[in-house]
Amino acid sequence: MVLRGDRVTLAHGGGGRAMRDLIEEVFTDSFEPASMEDQARLEAAALAEPGARLAFTTDSFVVSPVEFPGGDIGSLAINGTVNDLAVGGATPLWLSAAFIIEEGTEIALLRRVVATMKAEADRAGVKIVTGDTKVVGRGAADTLFVTTSGVGVIPPGRDLAATRIAPGDVAIVNGVLGDHGACILAARGDLALTSDLQSDCAGLGHLMEAVLAAAPGAKAARDCTRGGLASALNEMAEAAGVGIEIDEAVLPLRAEVKGTCEILGLDPLYLANEGRLVVFVPEDQAEAALAAMRAVDTGAGATIIGWAIAEPAGLVTMRTLFGGTRIVDMLVGEQLPRIC
Amino acid sequence: MRFVEEFRDPALAKALIAGIDATATAIGATKDNPVRIMEICGGHTHAIFRYGLDRLVHEGIEFIHGPGCPVCVLPMARVDEAVQIAEQPGVIFTSFGDAMRVPGTKKSLLQAKAEGADIRTVYSPLDALELARRNPEREVVFFGLGFETTTPSTALTIQQAAREGMKNFTIFCNHITVPPPIRALLDDPDMLLDGFIGPGHVSMVIGIHAYDFIARDYGKPIVVAGFEPTDLLQSVLMVLRQIEEGRAEVENQYARVVPELGNPVSLAAIADVYEERPSFAWRGLGEIDLSGLRIREKYALYDAEARFGIGYGAARAREVAEPEGTECAAVMTGKIKPTGCPMFGTQCTPETPLGALMVSSEGACAAYWQYGGRRAPEAAE
Amino acid sequence: MCLGIPGQIVEITDAARMMARADVSGVKREVSLACVADGGPDALVGRWVLIHVGFAMAVIDEAEAAATLEALQHLGEAQETLAQMAEGERALS
Repeated sequence: MVLRGDRVTLAHGGGGRAMRDLIEEVFTDSFEPASMEDQARLEAAALAEPGARLAFTTDSFVVSPVEFPGGDIGSLAINGTVNDLAVGGATPLWLSAAFIIEEGTEIALLRRVVATMKAEADRAGVKIVTGDTKVVGRGAADTLFVTTSGVGVIPPGRDLAATRIAPGDVAIVNGVLGDHGACILAARGDLALTSDLQSDCAGLGHLMEAVLAAAPGAKAARDCTRGGLASALNEMAEAAGVGIEIDEAVLPLRAEVKGTCEILGLDPLYLANEGRLVVFVPEDQAEAALAAMRAVDTGAGATIIGWAIAEPAGLVTMRTLFGGTRIVDMLVGEQLPRIC
Repeated sequence: MRFVEEFRDPALAKALIAGIDATATAIGATKDNPVRIMEICGGHTHAIFRYGLDRLVHEGIEFIHGPGCPVCVLPMARVDEAVQIAEQPGVIFTSFGDAMRVPGTKKSLLQAKAEGADIRTVYSPLDALELARRNPEREVVFFGLGFETTTPSTALTIQQAAREGMKNFTIFCNHITVPPPIRALLDDPDMLLDGFIGPGHVSMVIGIHAYDFIARDYGKPIVVAGFEPTDLLQSVLMVLRQIEEGRAEVENQYARVVPELGNPVSLAAIADVYEERPSFAWRGLGEIDLSGLRIREKYALYDAEARFGIGYGAARAREVAEPEGTECAAVMTGKIKPTGCPMFGTQCTPETPLGALMVSSEGACAAYWQYGGRRAPEAAE
Repeated sequence: MCLGIPGQIVEITDAARMMARADVSGVKREVSLACVADGGPDALVGRWVLIHVGFAMAVIDEAEAAATLEALQHLGEAQETLAQMAEGERALS
């Protein structure tokens, strides 16, 4: 234990001994990189199977507060990238992690975030093989920003793509919607709301494997992150050139999420999720997919919420509780609390 | 009872829709010769679209969307003044989320925030007051917006600030009142309305007799309504029954929340803190006499217009034209549907709003866009 | 205009300032009772109020709510009877 002081200073980003101490004590001890060179050196055998494809994705994570009920920026950074790979049908293998740290950030906080990342990576079965840190002056970042990139392998013959969704396909979500978004709104504190809500942040790799085993004809999946279910469905409807109709009566929503939305005048369909996906499967495989999802802990609340239809192409509509229908549009800007 | 789900019961809605159907048929309402009912309140407009009620009721019922969205009727000059206050050194400018995206002549509050002004979204004026307590070296300003529902909250907040002797908290007052624009609409010879759905939450403050003139002087039925789907449907049925029976009365569908005489504490707070302005400008409706409120002299310490010398006097001297080519005024007064405006969906969209009706989720244009009205022109082709 | 939602008062947090905690579907927020506490704030614990921008603006009249729902139930039954009569007439003709 050579790291001095309890807060990160600009010296920790200066390239000297302090930086080396920070990286070794806080990061590499937890992440066990594949080599101590400046690059990860990885066996390509997993990619060599004929017909297999490499999947590669990257995502940056900024969240305020950095720690919240049910997770922290580290769990978002691991699961966000794991899920981006998983919903494309890839088995996630390796991750990189880059940290931009605001001067003055507590080293204990960094250690907690890194511990979360290690635990979530283990759970997802991925290795963090390379990384980077930079320290910036006070105010140049908000505590901590994390960027993760991920590499995975898509097995031969697997082809998930929104363009494959056809009328009749059934849409399934893996659980209640909006917990993460509503939890973060409360955790920020400025709205003075309290509830027992926890973020839904979770890795969905195992869930996707279960769905694909039970419903080999599955067409496409998306994780419902920023912009919520509504944005994911709109992207899919547009890509596939189909309409998507969902049923308001069956949408899984916790009372607390509904309450938060009522108080602030928000629509839960647009609240962010960090452990929720929507998958489209052929109608005759829907029950099998549903059962397989429910057998996995992250899919216990799996529900059929709608289906693809021919018209109106490119639009998402919702059958309301009264049998009316309305368009569920893309989110415009950020949802702001409203009084009217 | 939670007083929410009970009033969203599809079975009850079905019976109401059948009742509306029978009554509308009995009084001869048709698609070409509809009964035109104005829902005054933007919250009702939003609920009608959110639940698709306009498509569920008899085709002889036409909803005309009224001026009851405080953000939509806020003139651009007032947004400019809000931005100007927000950009003063040392100011923390606080606002309900609704006003953040409304375009001024140069920018919105959201754009001013991006350029460096300290502008924060709050849920309650009490939260703005708390911000002032915690930041005694800063000047905290709250953007006071809204009709009689919201006015008591800012009045009580000013009274609280005065009790605590606070020196760094002011309100930029843009409160407006419901009855004067209704009278202005009824005086418009082009306006053909058969009845009104009255604003439930305004009425819980001011009571139902504020609308007596609508029935007495203009012979139109008005039913004060709640905001759940069965509330709205029941109110439509009550308006139709008045028409069927040749009555014009003020009725109260929302008696669980609206007392006949309103809320005396709220009314007293409003009267203590505010006084009527001689007139106030409404986007789309122009200047309307005695339709806006300002902070009384005795509370001048809490009046942002007095504190910063920015305010209504300046705005009146500087007439600001509405965006060229838009038909905001005609939509606002219910003369045309949003889809009848040439800019709707072409140059005016929620991403790039030209008029405020496209900004607020209560605005008729945004509601049309969001909930499917934009398909109307396609369907008509 | 004027988003207002029902919430239940669960406890008084600051009697002098007339502040209380309200519960909306498990989400709690402090609200002012200044507009509705003419009988003293304590009497409001357990009652349902209509909340707008952090203020309880009205105490919900539970008897009126029940009366409204009851009237709607009756309307529903009446509509059903009418529908059955119409059905019967169609069957006869």
